[in-house]
Amino acid sequence: MMDFFTEWWSYGFMRNAFVAVLIITPLFGLLGTMIVNKKMAFFSDALGHSALTGIAIGVVLGVSDTSLSMVIFAIAFALLLNKISSKSTASTDTIISVFSSCSIAIGLAILSKGGNFSKYSSLLVGDILSITFREIVYLILIFAATLVFWFVAFNKLNAVSLHRTLAKSRGIHVKLIENIFAVFIALIVMLSIKWVGILIINALLILPAASSRNLAENMREYHFFSILFSVFSGIIGLIISYFTNVATGPMIVIVASVIYFATYFYGKRSA
Amino acid sequence: MKKIIKPCGIHCIKIKNLGVQIGEQEILKDINLHIHCGTLTAIIGKNGAGKSTLIKSILGEIPHTGQIEFKDCENGHIQKLRIGYVPQSLNIEKHTPVSVYDMIASYQSNCPVFFHKNKKLYQEILESLRVFEAEELIDKQVCNLSGGELQRVLLSMAVMDEPNLLLLDEPVSGIDQNGMELFYKRMEYLKEHFDLAVILISHDLDYVKQYADHVVLLNKTVLMQGTPKEVYASEAFQKTFTEAAMLIGGAKE
Repeated sequence: MMDFFTEWWSYGFMRNAFVAVLIITPLFGLLGTMIVNKKMAFFSDALGHSALTGIAIGVVLGVSDTSLSMVIFAIAFALLLNKISSKSTASTDTIISVFSSCSIAIGLAILSKGGNFSKYSSLLVGDILSITFREIVYLILIFAATLVFWFVAFNKLNAVSLHRTLAKSRGIHVKLIENIFAVFIALIVMLSIKWVGILIINALLILPAASSRNLAENMREYHFFSILFSVFSGIIGLIISYFTNVATGPMIVIVASVIYFATYFYGKRSA
Repeated sequence: MKKIIKPCGIHCIKIKNLGVQIGEQEILKDINLHIHCGTLTAIIGKNGAGKSTLIKSILGEIPHTGQIEFKDCENGHIQKLRIGYVPQSLNIEKHTPVSVYDMIASYQSNCPVFFHKNKKLYQEILESLRVFEAEELIDKQVCNLSGGELQRVLLSMAVMDEPNLLLLDEPVSGIDQNGMELFYKRMEYLKEHFDLAVILISHDLDYVKQYADHVVLLNKTVLMQGTPKEVYASEAFQKTFTEAAMLIGGAKE
């Protein structure tokens, strides 16, 4: 058994992937708590899909680094969604759906022009083994920034999610806080989408927090379990995917789903 | 509890010519109110009369014209108005892991609630919950509280910053008859033991008659205001509530 692990560890790309998982998963666990509490699951899903459009815009404009156009587009998209859903009277679900479908369609149309879509299909599933040292540095930076934001603004975010008017009457800048939160979601989703994949990135944001809700009774437990489940599924998923030769992203999601169902039944029994 | 101060009776809140317009539609106009600390002002009126809009405009949620002044009536000194607000309900689902401590701490402090429980803050919250006999609720999940319990928790939170004005938006919905009685008793207690004025949107005319010091009958503007006796005897009151009387009678059973 030990031999397996030393062999596994001897590959540089595996080490990189392992470090990346250790950075990304706690972030997902952390942000997920508020995404679930604020009922933004659909919002983060739409953001993930907008990656395609961002890349497509980059291709059209002839930008050499399409990651940049992807991140910029996602931030603009997140702010736009926030703005429109706060203004309009129609339900937020519908609005997000309209914008999301529209942006995916544009992205797919541009990228598939001339039958070239297969070049981008790796984005759908992601490949964590392709991560480079430089990209890990970016992840560390966003990790640190998110932690600072969370310590400074979490209370306010929680206050806003419970009652907007009440939060406003306490002098909290509701819109500013919500916009910054949306930008953080956009940044983290975009920085990790290459390795996790568009199709399943939302599962990683939602599942750990949703599992945690089955057990937790207060915010400290909520965060503890959410981060724990997220990191655990990340590491176990990575190791299993190595030995079974399955893509890492889906494997992580499978582990996270198993945890969700386990906690669901456990929570039901003890309730 | 050290925060309890007798009402001084010399502070007053003046609302002058307040108006609200959303798009083309004029929702409120020419609202003039004069509210003293230590009094309970009840706002009554039909559905759609603009009661909630008035509360929201005082809170600054909806832009309004006119002025809201907070003054020392004796020397006319203008001070900053601190408003406490008790919403009707919260935006919270079942199984949300937010305890009463988490909620109040989120609004009251910057000490991150997800990281650790601040002992000093915990004690402070406990103290203020005690005023409304809610201290045993501090570790409960907010989503599991009954209507009456949530009410007491929200009231405790609203008075924590020693507001000069307490706004309550239809707080009595979802509470039974016994709970209503208790609620109005608590309002009495508040105005006797705190230095604040209370503005309350109410649907229950009987309780308003019994407990309010000042009644404002609203329908886009102030139709009539004064003591409950004066307002209830007025023609405007009769006109507003004769159609609604059947409904109110029906709703109470």
